[in-house]
Amino acid sequence: MSNNTDTLVENIAAPASAGVAPASGGPLRAFAGVRWGDYLGVAPFLIFAILFLIVPTLFLIIGAFQASDGSFTLQNIVDLGTPQIVSSFWISIRVSAASAVFGAFFGLLIALAVIRGRLPPAVRSAVLTFSGVASNFAGIPLAFAFIATLGRLGIMTVMLKYVGVDIYRSGFNILSFWGLTLTYCYFQIPLMILIIAPAIDGLKKEWNEAAATLGASNTQFWQYIGLPVLFPNLLGTLSLLFANAFGAIATAYALTGSSLNIVPILLYAQIRGDVLNNPGLGAALALGMIVITAVANVLYLVIRTRAERWLK
Amino acid sequence: MKNGKFWSWVMFALGVVYFLGPLLATLQFSLSIRRDGYSLDAYRNVFVSPAFQTSFIYSLLIGVATIVVGLLIVVPAAYFVRLRAPQLRPIIEFVTLLPLIIPPIILVFGYIRLYSSTSILPLTTTNVGTNFLLILAYVALALPYMYRAVDTGLRTIDVQTLTEAANILGANTLTILLQVIFPNILVAVLSGAFLTLAIVVGEFTIASLLNVQVFGVYMQNIGANRAFEPAALAVISFVITWGAMGMIQLLARFAPKTARI
Repeated sequence: MSNNTDTLVENIAAPASAGVAPASGGPLRAFAGVRWGDYLGVAPFLIFAILFLIVPTLFLIIGAFQASDGSFTLQNIVDLGTPQIVSSFWISIRVSAASAVFGAFFGLLIALAVIRGRLPPAVRSAVLTFSGVASNFAGIPLAFAFIATLGRLGIMTVMLKYVGVDIYRSGFNILSFWGLTLTYCYFQIPLMILIIAPAIDGLKKEWNEAAATLGASNTQFWQYIGLPVLFPNLLGTLSLLFANAFGAIATAYALTGSSLNIVPILLYAQIRGDVLNNPGLGAALALGMIVITAVANVLYLVIRTRAERWLK
Repeated sequence: MKNGKFWSWVMFALGVVYFLGPLLATLQFSLSIRRDGYSLDAYRNVFVSPAFQTSFIYSLLIGVATIVVGLLIVVPAAYFVRLRAPQLRPIIEFVTLLPLIIPPIILVFGYIRLYSSTSILPLTTTNVGTNFLLILAYVALALPYMYRAVDTGLRTIDVQTLTEAANILGANTLTILLQVIFPNILVAVLSGAFLTLAIVVGEFTIASLLNVQVFGVYMQNIGANRAFEPAALAVISFVITWGAMGMIQLLARFAPKTARI
């Protein structure tokens, strides 16, 4: 593979697949039979993981079920039902879903175009390289770029106004749901391209030829072979993109300040100054985020493992 | 199939407009600070500002520290898993995926709760402690990429034979790791390092909640107070990201081609 960035993403995207010995028994069984001296090598990693990944997360999860005096309670979870929190989850879910769907759709079309569309090979490698860069170009600078482009005084806004299209008068606002979705697509589409490209490469030329020999049209090929084979991958990537957008905050924060109340921004304000006036509720909010991103990611990993069947 | 090719070009062109449009617009915006024509004033304002200089250098230092600490944690683990304890692999791989599943804001929230003034390990009360926490948080963010890079590097060399050969020559494990294994996976390690740098320089959420004045926090500040400088910062950030990715591509050419599968 010529492009190292996409192999990196690929490698991460396909976790326990390559060269992994199947785990025998439970996780604890794995520790049996490791020689004492070998623990020294793995120890820093495990200690780090326990102290700075697992315990802090568990601490929050436990905190979600604690009242202010430390006793067990479900009140924090119940309190997630307040209108402010429900609406912030709802906006977050909508933005994440919309940017995942658009990102996956356009990412797939662009990937198909540059890989299967008989475009010059240079186009393919340029697109993949750019995708490696753009999928990492998120956060604050991305928000700045879109403000400079489609903000009230952005170049594109002014240019469109010049030719008679006033996008702000017709209801567009970069600080809105659609503005945020459009901005998120800037890293969602490249991520989709990077993840789906190997799957598209896996569609064998022979399948095309076999289908054509049997008299199938191009449309029929995609309808009965191409898309069904890619489908699990598409579904999996969709949930990954969803999780990717759901946990993101910096772009939204720099773009909209606190005017668009997505969950991470509400949580940010809560950590900063306890705006919900209840530390337990803050932990419950975090628990809600963990559950949603974890479900989306696990869905991705499970589907991904199944999807690899056809694409060896 | 002329038709199919036509639509491919259309799709590609749409992509080019969406992806290059904002970049060009941002570039133009960043040059438009004066009314009488293009100028680099916005960039100059950024570069001469002491806040930029200190925060940027600070972020670079944190980034380098992240890479060093990350390697100290990841390289021995990946080496031992590959050589002596393959049964630990599923656990280690699962752990390296955790940072992708736990959003950064959750991670830092946990840190603040767990390591605040009232805990047994009050890291957030001192400057050194906070920086330490920030670096470890960044190690967590970079863990998936770093581990994959190192593991891929280890896959391309014959760890077993190299270790045995060094053993016969009387080297101990530390010497083997530092003088045999590490130099052999340097290219892979460096590509992981550049990716880490691209992720860490400009990170906002964690640093801001730990109250550390890094580049990302500085950028957010400027974004709230200035008009043209943010565009200049966006261009600078894009160049940095592009540079880091370019280095990875460049390094890939030096990667050993004699992969042993």
